[in-house]
Amino acid sequence: MNDMTLTERAVNATDCKITARNVQVYYGETHAIKDVDVDILDKTVTAFIGPSGCGKSTFLRCLNRMNDTIDICRVKGEILLDGEDIYDKRVDPVQLRAKVGMVFQKPNPFPKSIYDNVAYGPKIHGLTRNRAELDEIVEASLRKAALWGEVKDRLQAPGTGLSGGQQQRLCIARAIATSPEVLLMDEPCSALDPIATAQVEELIDELRTNFSVVIVTHSMQQAARVSQKTAFFHLGNLVEYDETDQIFTNPTDPRTESYITGRIG
Amino acid sequence: MSDATHPAAHKSPARSLHQLDARTKRRNASERRFKVMGIVAIGIGLAFLVLLLSTIVINGSTAFQQTFIKVPVYLDPAKLDKSGNRDPDDLKKATTFTYAPLVQNGLLEVVQKAGFGSELSKSDMKNLISASAASQVRDRVLADPSLIGKTVDFEIFASSRVDGYLKGRVHRDEIALDKNISVAQLDLVDSLRKDGALHKGFNWTFIFGADASDSRAEQAGIGIAMLGSFYMMLVVLVLALPIGVAASIYLEEFAKKNRFTDLIEVNISNLAAVPSIVFGILGLAAFIQFAHLPQSAPLVGGLVLTLMTLPTIIISTRAALKAVPPSIRDAALGVGASKMQSVFHHVLPLAMPGILTGTIIGLAQALGETAPLLLIGMVGYVATNTPEGFWDGFVSPNSAMPAQIYEWAKRADPAFYERAWGGIIILLIFLLGMNLIAIILRRKFERRW
Ligand SMILES: Nc1ncnc2c1ncn2[C@@H]1O[C@H](COP(=O)(O)OP(=O)(O)O)[C@@H](O)[C@H]1O
Ligand SMILES: [Mg+2]
Repeated sequence: MNDMTLTERAVNATDCKITARNVQVYYGETHAIKDVDVDILDKTVTAFIGPSGCGKSTFLRCLNRMNDTIDICRVKGEILLDGEDIYDKRVDPVQLRAKVGMVFQKPNPFPKSIYDNVAYGPKIHGLTRNRAELDEIVEASLRKAALWGEVKDRLQAPGTGLSGGQQQRLCIARAIATSPEVLLMDEPCSALDPIATAQVEELIDELRTNFSVVIVTHSMQQAARVSQKTAFFHLGNLVEYDETDQIFTNPTDPRTESYITGRIG
Repeated sequence: MSDATHPAAHKSPARSLHQLDARTKRRNASERRFKVMGIVAIGIGLAFLVLLLSTIVINGSTAFQQTFIKVPVYLDPAKLDKSGNRDPDDLKKATTFTYAPLVQNGLLEVVQKAGFGSELSKSDMKNLISASAASQVRDRVLADPSLIGKTVDFEIFASSRVDGYLKGRVHRDEIALDKNISVAQLDLVDSLRKDGALHKGFNWTFIFGADASDSRAEQAGIGIAMLGSFYMMLVVLVLALPIGVAASIYLEEFAKKNRFTDLIEVNISNLAAVPSIVFGILGLAAFIQFAHLPQSAPLVGGLVLTLMTLPTIIISTRAALKAVPPSIRDAALGVGASKMQSVFHHVLPLAMPGILTGTIIGLAQALGETAPLLLIGMVGYVATNTPEGFWDGFVSPNSAMPAQIYEWAKRADPAFYERAWGGIIILLIFLLGMNLIAIILRRKFERRW
């Protein structure tokens, strides 16, 4: 991590990092996201919850333009990162994704060594000048991902040979190695056992000091444990967005209430 | 819990598990029938394979042997080097017509030593050895002029009939109508064989030599055609692999799915099924008649085979790319790799085993292809010499292994037929080798997890 950016970012913890206005997403004829407005804060964990198929992943993937890879997907509306429209013609999604990292539902390490997995991002973005700096980034990222202790003796072993939980933490290390400003996580714990889940949740809480984290989860307990803000999606609409405590103790919308009490879903 | 301590309390089951019901029996019976059918199918396949391989080996293995007659030839300096200074240019002036009598004299000596001679005419004797004998001697003398003046033992090819007699192809009771061999000659052969002047040896000329004219079956070899095949494969590899892989990557990873790319996709699948002779006539029209490339050149053959191989390579490469899990692409894009980086750093290495397998299968197909070569003149008695240099090999007229085999199978002398089978053995060895390479490469790339 670069010290400069750290101090810069510490200035205002309640800064608005991402602003979305009137976002519509279509898959061909299907209207998957309807008119969503949301403000995602810096240095905060924001959870997206909602029943399966309500568009959480779709909206998350809008934030780093991963939807561009789906031919039939069209995004309308405005999404600003630090006030800049990420769907502007001048934006290269590749550059955007270096700033907005992503961790996927299924752990997907590259079929390369643990070291190469983490070093890949810094390498392609030219973040280091020599091997020593690269080693440093790899170590720092693995430490932040709470994986260093377990893998420091076998950095050249294949990343795919790790356990599921370790693989997911490796993917997190890979995502934070490029020093992104926002980290998107799509159900990062759904393929993990409870112990690994607890480790990743702890990790997410720590990541909050450096990044703005957006996490999609189908577990309301998880949302309650790790997030400060929660957004509830239903059938493509953003039904309610508020402080996590507020959503879970005193939801304003009846749909939110029936979901968290287990009547929709 | 207390129930568990009283197993005797079980009531008898409504339907016993120890008795198969009718439905289960029927199901099991049909499964057994299916297994038997599968085993029979595999058995038939294996039987045909064994039949095929044994036929090939039985018919073809004799092509690797050849009968030689040891003839002492006196290399008379008065005839071969009239100027007497062993000047290579002067030596070349002595043609095979000058050498032929010297070989005849040597042969006469061998025959007389065996106690024959009177009952054999001159032409009878000539028919014992290959028509290539004089040029064989001449080549050796030109390579080593110091032999002139000495009597040198030459291992001369026996003629194809004599060779066939030793291999059991020519029988005494069947040669009444054969102008090329008589019973007296066979008696001589038997006696020469006893003396050791006539013996069978491994036929290197068959493997490394050039095709020979109709009347010299014993001299024909597949070596030059092998070179032709090699040059064609080089062209195919250098053109089809990069073009095919680039096209597949573009279609699979970059191109938008629309009606135009659908059309291209359908076309590629159909091209893979187009008969190869169609590519041959296309090559004739486009490369020879329009582009004026030389006829019978391995370059043109390679171009035609490239066209033929491309669909195979594209189809298998696309399948290999499709088989790479999309999560790997997501992972690469997610850390900010460009599309091209994700393809070249992650997708392509994973698809490599499949691509290589497809390419080698395509090459193997091309190696065995005959029909298009007929149309561009790569068949027939084309090349007698090795090309003059590496690059010359691409344009100097040549044949290819399968076309050479086809050519031999057409000719009258049974010795050529034997060589056709022998050629098939060599072709199969090449194909086996290529498959082996495919397997090794696949293993090597797969080991990178
Ligand atoms: N690649 C796609 N092509 C077409 N429709 C899709 C695609 N991905 C998602 N959808 C549709 O968009 C809607 C939202 O899906 P998704 O964002 O995956 O929901 P969630 O992550 O909340 O379960 C669903 O109705 C789904 O069928
Ligand atoms: Mg989802």
